[in-house]
Amino acid sequence: MTTAAMKRRTPTLTVGAILVGLVVLLAVMSFLWTPHDPTRVDAAVRLLGPTGDYLFGTDKFGRDLVSQIMVGARTTLYVGVVAVGVAAVIGTPLGILAAMGPRWLGEFVMRVNDLVLAFPALLLAIMFGAVFGASTLTAMIAIGIATVPSFARIARSGTLQVMSTEYVLAARAAGRSRFAIAHRHVLPNVAGLLIVQSSVSFAIAVLAEAALSFLGFGTRPPTPSWGRMLQESQELLAVQPRLAIVPGIAIAIAVLGFNLLGDGLRDRLDPRLAGRR
Amino acid sequence: MIEVRDLRRTYRGRLGRKPVEALRGVSFDVRTGQRFGIVGESGSGKSTMVRLLAALDRPTSGTISFRGIRIDELPERRLKFLRDELQIVFQDPMGSLDPRMRVRDIICEPLKRSGNREERLHELLDAVGLPQDAASRYPHQFSGGQRQRISIARALAPHPKVLIADEPVSALDVSVRAQILNLLAELVERYDLTLVFVSHDLSVVRHVCDTVAVMRRGEIVELGDVEQVYQEPSHLYTRELIAAAPTLRAALARFQEG
Repeated sequence: MTTAAMKRRTPTLTVGAILVGLVVLLAVMSFLWTPHDPTRVDAAVRLLGPTGDYLFGTDKFGRDLVSQIMVGARTTLYVGVVAVGVAAVIGTPLGILAAMGPRWLGEFVMRVNDLVLAFPALLLAIMFGAVFGASTLTAMIAIGIATVPSFARIARSGTLQVMSTEYVLAARAAGRSRFAIAHRHVLPNVAGLLIVQSSVSFAIAVLAEAALSFLGFGTRPPTPSWGRMLQESQELLAVQPRLAIVPGIAIAIAVLGFNLLGDGLRDRLDPRLAGRR
Repeated sequence: MIEVRDLRRTYRGRLGRKPVEALRGVSFDVRTGQRFGIVGESGSGKSTMVRLLAALDRPTSGTISFRGIRIDELPERRLKFLRDELQIVFQDPMGSLDPRMRVRDIICEPLKRSGNREERLHELLDAVGLPQDAASRYPHQFSGGQRQRISIARALAPHPKVLIADEPVSALDVSVRAQILNLLAELVERYDLTLVFVSHDLSVVRHVCDTVAVMRRGEIVELGDVEQVYQEPSHLYTRELIAAAPTLRAALARFQEG
């Protein structure tokens, strides 16, 4: 398949990859160069509109918006990767175990799951912040743990579905061990579901980080974060909507990008769909 | 080869439903080299029988012996010999092949990690009449009949002695049924296999088997030589089964009546 044909067939994947690529590019670039120091407070240039020097203008402390967005991209990626990573790494094996293991174990895992699910994610993050000290990392581990049940549930239902197929019966008749079946048949067949769940969870984590930063349990100032930029813009929303629109668009792009990428990857990874479209 | 004695399997009823007695006291023998058919309508316990014969499920009571060894109570780790000697071809040619695996990996699934996998793969594709380049493709790229050939190749991979075919042609177009049936018959002949053929269609069983057991509601109601059962069915149910199969004569008779 040529690159051109690939793009025409999977616009979702391409658009998603471009948007996510943009966020990653901003984050990587911010290590090397930003137009201004994103944390430098300068009363002389506060609340400037977009100019040649300050492309998106400055905030109430005179900090450059473009530079903050660039460095904030790091926080966003960090947040998503940690939260989704924690959730997927713990939740997926738990879900598969709950479906393939003995019945009592499955029941036990799913009841504990329900318990965690009933606990509000933000409350958990605030508790973690209070106990371990507020930081982006503790907040995101807490969000990750709160997201474990979604992964466990999806992995479990996917696994149950796979386990009821005749190809698993055939694998058993071929003398494959449970572990081999989980590895060779179950994982590849539930991967698509998990990827979609990851992209959704990623978006939720980015929003959760914004909410937590607002409450003072997320990213601590002066580290730039899109969520906190949004929160800081609040009091000036009527006079300077630009301060909310810029980080808002950045969050929207990241969330949309990851959702599209997840959808596109799921379709691409499925050999049944790869040939069609 | 296989001895089944007073086999019972009851499925626990879920949420207030009554327990289902899938098998209620089934006994029969399959001799080496025999082509044994099991016929019955859906719900007669055929599929349960298949799972039990392959030790993929455990009976509630009764015994199954394979080459004189009780397999109904052995733990999985001691069933290795059975996994090599008894293989199954399933009904659904799509559902029995993992959509995410290449044909090569599907066929080699029952094989141990040994050196001559490629050679065996080559042989098997040849034996079931698939082109060599099929190995690197995915199941969805094949037609129903071809998929059933893949399924048969997988079953033959570990050099089994017994092949269980669970409604192997029921999901296929009528036009390719005969091809698959002939292939099965030919392979059974060539590799000296003992065949257990399960179907709801007595005329299909008659085509490939020498002996038939007619099952109804978890019991065997008639057992004997396939021609004899077909020509002179002694049980009412068997007669109904034969009458239910669409034949040209029956269709014409109905046409004339109407």
